[in-house]
Amino acid sequence: MQLALMGALSQGILWGIMVLGVFITFRMLDIPDLTVDGSFALGGSVAAVAAVALGLDPVVGVLLGVVAGLMAGLVTGLLHALFDIPAILAGILTQIALWSVNLHVMGKSNVPLLNVDTVFTRLAALLGVTQAAATLVVGVVIAAATIVLMYWFFGTEVGSALRATGNNEDMCRALGIDVRVTKVIALAFSNGLVGLSGALICQSQKYADVGMGTGAIVIGLAAIVIGEVLGRFAPGRLISFGSRLTAVVMGSIVYFIIRAVVLQMGLDANDMKLLSAVIVALALAVPVVLERQQRRRAYRRGTPAMGDAGARGRDGRDGAPARQEKGGER
Amino acid sequence: MLRLTDVTKTFNRGTVNEKPALTGVSLTLDDGDFVTVIGGNGAGKSTLLNMIAGVYPLDGGTVELDGVDVSLLSEHRRARYLGRVFQDPMRGTAADMQIEENLALAKRRGRPRGLAWGITREEREDYARRLASLDLGLEDRLSSKVGLLSGGQRQAVTLLMATIQKPRLLLLDEHTAALDPKTAAKVLSLTRRVVDEDRLTTLMVTHNMNDAIRLGNRLIMMHEGNVIYDVAGAEKAALTVADLLQKFEEVSGGELANDRMLLS
Repeated sequence: MQLALMGALSQGILWGIMVLGVFITFRMLDIPDLTVDGSFALGGSVAAVAAVALGLDPVVGVLLGVVAGLMAGLVTGLLHALFDIPAILAGILTQIALWSVNLHVMGKSNVPLLNVDTVFTRLAALLGVTQAAATLVVGVVIAAATIVLMYWFFGTEVGSALRATGNNEDMCRALGIDVRVTKVIALAFSNGLVGLSGALICQSQKYADVGMGTGAIVIGLAAIVIGEVLGRFAPGRLISFGSRLTAVVMGSIVYFIIRAVVLQMGLDANDMKLLSAVIVALALAVPVVLERQQRRRAYRRGTPAMGDAGARGRDGRDGAPARQEKGGER
Repeated sequence: MLRLTDVTKTFNRGTVNEKPALTGVSLTLDDGDFVTVIGGNGAGKSTLLNMIAGVYPLDGGTVELDGVDVSLLSEHRRARYLGRVFQDPMRGTAADMQIEENLALAKRRGRPRGLAWGITREEREDYARRLASLDLGLEDRLSSKVGLLSGGQRQAVTLLMATIQKPRLLLLDEHTAALDPKTAAKVLSLTRRVVDEDRLTTLMVTHNMNDAIRLGNRLIMMHEGNVIYDVAGAEKAALTVADLLQKFEEVSGGELANDRMLLS
């Protein structure tokens, strides 16, 4: 059990790097970018081929994984920016295309990394520790470096423009920001991190598989919502950007620990994706339901004479008059 | 400064909803002109401003800013010349970003954005000074999210953002229409002060005929997609609301009957 938890911890951190990438698109641009499933496997495939077929240094393999992910994000971004293809559809197109691309990269559906160096074995030998410990160290260092990089980048002029793009595109254009460019940068950056994560996972599990990215986006979203829920209970409510990013990586760790625990308890591994989807759906649905209930309660308090029936009759229409007013103003 | 030549725009061309919004508008603004624009609903006032800003592509005609033909430039490229404030206070600011971050974004309008830090210490001090001049107590709330501000406060901040990097032309699209009368008056007097201080060339759309007469040195009236009345200087200063209504009937053969205009 302890071993499983240890594995879940390092897996959670390595996947956490992907979650940071998903955070950029999902939370900052408000685009659920489905490229992720493909670019994660692409990062892994490239790293595997770099090690096995090309015999390259494992660090170079990881870097190639980053570049490959970046290019995948670039494709999605250009499809969206140049041809006005809706972002979700652009992501789906790239994801589907990457399935074939990944098979071509590997030449078959999976490549084992037998008897080759990985960044983890390299570090384990260097420090004289177990590979599990080395995995943890690499994960923590790279995740921390990624958070620092993101903290810096989103504080720069370009980074601020990017955050503004997710907030108010009208304003951005009025202030001379080309939102097509900022979106392409965001998608490339995001998928670069996803590729990095894919390459690291490939080296830690010692194989790459064409299906390794399937459902990655859902894991990413699950980790983000778990992280945000955890953040709500933390002191100071974790508002600052740096702590939000840290919370998201924590979310990833918690996700993989939950996963390890339920698998240990006898859940079929094939049911994991179902469980992930349920977690995300619940996390998105619960706040909506709570708010609706609150509104209903508030209405009942405000109109005691109407009683329960009246409240039910009016339910859900509270927002409508306000919206109409706004529209009529033009 | 601004020269429109025969600008045309039709929305939904070729459908049953076809709507000619501008029918060959020609208009020239000189440096330092403060022009108010009035007209009924659907007269093309907002479309005029949007065509200048590049929100929609032109169907025909040319737009020149500062002697440069910008007819084919996209909205974000024209932004270097323009300061803009919209009717909807939500549209001019980024709600989830801090007040100072919004100002810093506006400060870089029309300039290349690189990897330098998005906001500097000197800027912060400058922003605090400028916010203090609004007299809304915002100078102590530099790092508050803009989303926490009221509509009037947001509109004041947007005005500051539009002018922090002196624009060649300031476009105000009914920027007080969504505010309560008291706040509207405050934002309007602020507008007047900013325009005077920087001697900004300004084009202001308004529903309020009194404001249109009181502010600026020139007034244009629009109807069915074109300018039907253009008055400046002493003649404009002597106008009354009754004059305007009469003028409208004369030129258009109809009544400028619009509850919102008559009530405001």
